[in-house]
Amino acid sequence: MLEIRELAAGYGDVRVLSGVSLTVGPGEIVALLGPNGAGKSTLLTTIAGLLRPRAGGIRWEGADLAAVRPHLVVERGVVLVPEGRRLFGTMTVEDNLELGAFAERARRARAAGFERVYALFPDLRDRRRQLVRALSGGQQQMVAVGRALMAQPRLLMLDEPSLGIAPRLVASIFASLAEINRSGVAVFLVEQNVQAALTLAHRAYVLESGRIAGQGAAADLLRDPHVRRAYLGPLAVRT
Amino acid sequence: MSLLAQQLVLGVLIGGLYGLAAAGLSLVFGVMKVLDVAHGELIMLGGYAAFFAVALLGLDPFGSLALVIPLSLLLGVVLYLGLFGFVVRADEETRVKNSLLIGFGLALALHALAVRLWTADERSIVTPYGGSVLMVGDIAIPLVRLLSLLLAFLLIGGLHLLLARWRWGKAIRAASEDWQAALLTGIDVRRAYLLAFAIGTALAGAAGTLVSIAYSISPSIGLEWTLKALIVVVLAGLGSMLGTFVGGLVLGVAEAASAATFGGAYREVVGLVIFVLVLIARPKGLFGR
Repeated sequence: MLEIRELAAGYGDVRVLSGVSLTVGPGEIVALLGPNGAGKSTLLTTIAGLLRPRAGGIRWEGADLAAVRPHLVVERGVVLVPEGRRLFGTMTVEDNLELGAFAERARRARAAGFERVYALFPDLRDRRRQLVRALSGGQQQMVAVGRALMAQPRLLMLDEPSLGIAPRLVASIFASLAEINRSGVAVFLVEQNVQAALTLAHRAYVLESGRIAGQGAAADLLRDPHVRRAYLGPLAVRT
Repeated sequence: MSLLAQQLVLGVLIGGLYGLAAAGLSLVFGVMKVLDVAHGELIMLGGYAAFFAVALLGLDPFGSLALVIPLSLLLGVVLYLGLFGFVVRADEETRVKNSLLIGFGLALALHALAVRLWTADERSIVTPYGGSVLMVGDIAIPLVRLLSLLLAFLLIGGLHLLLARWRWGKAIRAASEDWQAALLTGIDVRRAYLLAFAIGTALAGAAGTLVSIAYSISPSIGLEWTLKALIVVVLAGLGSMLGTFVGGLVLGVAEAASAATFGGAYREVVGLVIFVLVLIARPKGLFGR
């Protein structure tokens, strides 16, 4: 479904990714782990079309995605929830969600989209007339996921959805991701909360210094000593 | 006393046009981060378009807006595709620099072209009702200027509604707030820029029409109007069109008050003083977000 082959990307003279290959299958939840600066966000940004690959290919449902402009990547059903949420703070919750359904295909399903988002995040229905910047971090993350859902994604990519959110709400966000996945949406997740990510995901890749350093079933990686030592902290090794 | 009141009323009347002149500049700068210093020349062109629509086609002066606005929209599309569309491909930080170069070049070219085509003479649209005056007590309100103020307010109100309600209006606001996030929600940001620039140019055309009816135009008015618009943009801040209109009124009244108190020579100075004071005390402007 999503197939990345030998991808290289970077900014200016800095090469961030080289030779990255991975796949996300239909209905899968795939996590991407790795230390800060490994290139995780760069990979998501490149798939979303904000950054042109230097080399290699990105294929989505059989078609080349590497040369597609970002707003048309959304139109094709590949949607990114960026790091830091990047909502339109001076607008209401409702306006943010409506803008999520800007693409032609999503606009036709807008009413159903609103219902889907409000069913998933009932809090947002009560706050739909509030300005987004007045919401808490957790509520803003719900709007960010909701805005992406409004685009009717078939692949939902999330960059650090737990960043800056109260722990209680992280669990609720992850539960909603599982529910979104059950409705048939593939999920590609970059997450520093490795425990939560591997519990949710089916498979995971480890990205280190711009290269794929490991991969496997999420349950296996949770037991893997290297992964535990590197990403779950020294205490985790003993348990 | 009544002389001062008379001056202040005239200040409000021209202030509305300052607001309208600034609205287009504010929209383009706020959305595209492009500073179009040829905005005053676009106002000048709008003025000539209205002048000839009245002189050659016999349109009603205010009715000529119906012709000038679509023509200016079209001009905006052409200028965006031919010039400013290339600027927005750069990072936001370099856009201002590049747009200043292009804007100054365009301003010089349009000025020279206007002198060549229409001579440097000052012109004004003469209306059948041009001399009419509304007397309130002993204050005289020129009717055409009052109508111009009213139209300026309606146009800015319309723009406000457009940005608040229209699908692409919301897209323009989204692109202005965070263009990358706008792309990620599926908005064609370049098209949003094109629309914003075309609307900005149309506002300049409308402002020029009102200027040529209520005041006068010549090929060299561009710089003056760019300056007034810039002062209002700084005074009002970005993000609120109604705020920009109020900012225009404030500048008009401040100019009139200083001219009445210190003499006409100080009319132009007060705007620059406001400009500096606002930048020092409240860099985001009175209504800036």
